[in-house]
Amino acid sequence: MDSGFSSPRRDAFPAGLRVLVVDDDPTWIRILEKMLKKCSYEVTTCGLAREALNLLRERKDGYDIVISDVNMPDMDGFKLLEHVGLEMDLPVIMMSVDGETSRVMKGVQHGACDYLLKPIRMKELRNIWQHVFRKRIHEAREFEGHEGFEGIHLMRNGSDQSEDGMLFSLEDMPSMKKRKDLDNNHDDKEFGDPSSTKKARVVWSVDLHQKFVKAVNQIGFDKVGPKRILDLMNVPWLTRENVASHLQKYRLYLSRLLKENDQRSSSSGTKPSDLPPRDTAGDFGFQNLTNKQQNDVAVDSFNYSDVPLQSHSSETKIRNGDLKAIVSDSIAEKRRALSGSIPGTKVSPQISLNHSSFGPLKPEGRHAVFDCTIPSTQFTWSETPEMPLKKEHKSFLQLEDSSFSHSPLHVTQRKIQGLKSHSVASVCSNPTITESEVAASVETKPMYADYKREYASSVSSIGSVVDTIPTQSKSLMENAQLSEPSSAKNLAMKTQGFNYDLEFYPENLLDEDLHFYWLQGEYYNMNWGFENIGMPEYYDPGLVAELSSHLHDSADCTLVDQGLFIA
Amino acid sequence: MDRNQSHRQLAAMKQSLFDQGYLDEQFIQLEELQDDANPHFAEEIVTLYFRDSSRFISNLDQAMERNPLDFGKLDSIMHQFKGSSSSIGAQKVKAECTLFREYCAAENAEGCMRSFQQLKKEYAVLRKKLETYFQLAK
Repeated sequence: MDSGFSSPRRDAFPAGLRVLVVDDDPTWIRILEKMLKKCSYEVTTCGLAREALNLLRERKDGYDIVISDVNMPDMDGFKLLEHVGLEMDLPVIMMSVDGETSRVMKGVQHGACDYLLKPIRMKELRNIWQHVFRKRIHEAREFEGHEGFEGIHLMRNGSDQSEDGMLFSLEDMPSMKKRKDLDNNHDDKEFGDPSSTKKARVVWSVDLHQKFVKAVNQIGFDKVGPKRILDLMNVPWLTRENVASHLQKYRLYLSRLLKENDQRSSSSGTKPSDLPPRDTAGDFGFQNLTNKQQNDVAVDSFNYSDVPLQSHSSETKIRNGDLKAIVSDSIAEKRRALSGSIPGTKVSPQISLNHSSFGPLKPEGRHAVFDCTIPSTQFTWSETPEMPLKKEHKSFLQLEDSSFSHSPLHVTQRKIQGLKSHSVASVCSNPTITESEVAASVETKPMYADYKREYASSVSSIGSVVDTIPTQSKSLMENAQLSEPSSAKNLAMKTQGFNYDLEFYPENLLDEDLHFYWLQGEYYNMNWGFENIGMPEYYDPGLVAELSSHLHDSADCTLVDQGLFIA
Repeated sequence: MDRNQSHRQLAAMKQSLFDQGYLDEQFIQLEELQDDANPHFAEEIVTLYFRDSSRFISNLDQAMERNPLDFGKLDSIMHQFKGSSSSIGAQKVKAECTLFREYCAAENAEGCMRSFQQLKKEYAVLRKKLETYFQLAK
């Protein structure tokens, strides 16, 4: 079906659930394999933690859940657990013959979604699908604040039937979906308050997401907008709102990735300094600007000039300029940093997110925070400070609806590659940011890796900045793009905190993964709906595009918070 | 006749293994996993277990010869052994593993030695019994 899918996702859930079993005991491996097969799951086994990680990284979208023994010879099971959670964001179940409370607690603390005691009964394994399901719902919820889609609803219904093949994929739900375009308008109104809406959510299955990404790429980041994406996707039951929201999340996701990456790298010290947690929100853009000035690295490419983005409001202008600067700076630097360094490096130096710069923005809108972890945190541009940067590396893409609205940030189609993702998140609040911006980000695939790094710190700012900048910045973006496609990405990504992805997976993330993600087609790898495979995947250009479009739809800018574009 | 007899014998033996605590519920699980694809699944697993766990026995033998005993290492090996034994439902063996680990925690070398001896005995007895059992089952 979709690229990257190893097994038929179309199977009636939970049948066909792809399980990776990790245990050094050969006897248990065989037993578990047999039991899981009896549950109609698709099983892969391995006897070493490292091997497991390799498998997971190779096929980002290849597994739905991981079951691992706590005591592995080559790596502490808890460590593996952490890695899987971070890199792939898959649910992990721990196993052990030791049921001591402290161990179990440690498992939970490290993120295990369950802890099974050996000997394991078949009935315990039968139900592991619930963890996958739960995660999806959770992510979908985060994503679709107001999709009002029956997606979740359907899923819920489906779960009732459990064995009956609950269809997870949205594609399967078209018949149910009735809200089609009608909803477009309707939706706008409807989800004015995402957080309160618990309507059925659109489940962004990998397929759907891929369509989305393809559409975004097709449109071009510069011009991406929910409406266009929607049209291209040709999914009858999907609404513009859904797309916009998804776009936002995508951006956030990218940003989060960057952020996490950055954070990780920053542990060395870079990031934190650059990005004051609080400021992440609007300030990013400005800060970056600051950096930019110092760096003036890529400035050239960006047509920084005076106001590349002629934002309608002065603020915007500034932002734009900042954005550009930031972008260029960050990009340039990042690129350099990235290329030279490993994901772990903290690129940030240049892009120090100067949250302050954005101060004036004051977004009132929602801030799209890319970090998925944070449930719809809405930061306003101005407020950013609160934004918990730390919150799970959220790249605070605070999209300020309000602030941006001041200036018609038509960040349209700027090909702000990097920014896109970033901006998307933040942009969401400002619909004006056009898709172009998003598009920009999308393009740079390879550079993505670079982006990430740099992004981490500046991501947020840039993203937001970018978004706010009206289309005018387009030129900037384009320039930026031209000059550093990757940089752009970085920028965008950075904002999103993508960098942090880089951090983690130096090996794979950077170039390959990034490529991946940026590639439309690669979106799947991201595990969009199913498992958030390494973040890099999120950098799919589609994401960026989404952001742009999202920007356009202020209304749509529901918090994408966690940027998990999970189906 | 023969077949019935051997079936009954088999059932009786199985019952006795359970009654005497050699095996626990996990063994039944193994038998329940048997199907057309793996008609002798339980036997395969038991064979795999005895083959694989022999390394634990030899590691423990070596470690027990050290002086002084490295309780941490002993505990670690025994932990794995216990986990493995739980896979086939080797109840008595498992219980002995637990006891051994308690002695390790208390750094009681004597207790460890005694427990280890007992463990090896239980292990050997179980192996024999299961061999017989599967012979009957054929």
